[in-house]
Amino acid sequence: MRLTAEGLAATRGERPLFDGLGFALGPGDTLVLTGPNGSGKSSLLRLIAGFGRQTAGALRWDGKPLADDLEAYRRQLHYVGHQEALKPALSVVETLRFWADLADRPLHDPAGPLAAMGLGHKAATACRFLSSGQRRRLALTRLILWDAPLWLLDEPTVGLDDEALGLIAGLIERHRAGGGITVLSTHQPLPLAGARQLSLSDFPPARPVVAAEW
Amino acid sequence: MTGFKALLLRDLHLAFRQGGDGAMAVIFFVLAALLFPFGLGPEPEALARDAVGIVWVMALLASLLALDRLFQGDWEDGSLDLMALSPLPLELVVLAKALGHWLVSGLPLLIAAPIVASMLQFDPAGLPRLVLALALGTPTLSLLGAVGAALTLGARRAAVLVSLLVLPLEIPILIFGVAAADPAATGDGATQIMLLGALLALALPLCPWAAAAALRQALD
Repeated sequence: MRLTAEGLAATRGERPLFDGLGFALGPGDTLVLTGPNGSGKSSLLRLIAGFGRQTAGALRWDGKPLADDLEAYRRQLHYVGHQEALKPALSVVETLRFWADLADRPLHDPAGPLAAMGLGHKAATACRFLSSGQRRRLALTRLILWDAPLWLLDEPTVGLDDEALGLIAGLIERHRAGGGITVLSTHQPLPLAGARQLSLSDFPPARPVVAAEW
Repeated sequence: MTGFKALLLRDLHLAFRQGGDGAMAVIFFVLAALLFPFGLGPEPEALARDAVGIVWVMALLASLLALDRLFQGDWEDGSLDLMALSPLPLELVVLAKALGHWLVSGLPLLIAAPIVASMLQFDPAGLPRLVLALALGTPTLSLLGAVGAALTLGARRAAVLVSLLVLPLEIPILIFGVAAADPAATGDGATQIMLLGALLALALPLCPWAAAAALRQALD
């Protein structure tokens, strides 16, 4: 179980984001992506989740390029992006059930994970009545609905209170102790033991793209 | 197949709980079709002659109503990311969504169409053929619509764009659909019905495939 990046370069639209980016992660590694807004943290995380293509370099899972068997690779990861993927009209439990069914994973006891995320009393509530912090907690509940060795978390801490921050740090810590890999981007310092930092500003694009002449 | 069923049921669930889009298509269909007697004049012969065309054009437009939202909501709130990450192939995601769209906005038209056609003085003997043609034609409309919706994902004014993209593609369905039940036509319309079936059989694998390719582009 190894996630490696070599000489990775990516663009967003026409704008180059980073170049020559590399890392190697093994069981129990946590990588925290830092960098100013717009430096490409979300794009990198989406790239690792198998969305889009890098312009140069390679991303490998267990030594094989992601594109080789994208479906099998994607079954090994949890991706929690900026959006919570909640439908206002569905209740909390219905949302969890849909996620589990969609991923083809059995969901025996939604109450346990919900209680663990402090949402136990909200099980029957429609998502439209959740606060933004609660929406975030619900999206993160997916991490403990079923096991996946690779966690990709895009700004998981946005809108969370101190208690929830501790919860997330605990989840990541437990995942790490179990040999899982976590890649996350954050602007808030999270108390993560042994986490490695990767600043995207250390990998500036090789040359600024000359604006197309009109 | 768990994912396919879950997605289809969720879409139906949302459509009924939010109550809007599905009922809207039928109400639009009935109201708009009933405008024609006012515009064309109430002569029964003229109406009877045009009834099939009116029903089909209105069915076409009604199927466009909720189309721009087919993937838009899931794309905006990140659900589409989860669908792409799930083991369910995107082609089947499209198929589930198109099927949901048809069940909500196409199937009710099959029930409403005979009523509307009768109000337009359409010969009752032709009703079974009209409904059969609609039953074969409207799923194709939903499938073509899914391609349009996927292609215009993220575009501003997607609703207008979808219509511009999809309406020309739907012309063959309109032609065969009308010809299948046209009282002025000779023959029993079996050829046209079979052609509508052929179009559906063609759209069933091709449209999900094309729409899934467009969705992959949108997710990059």
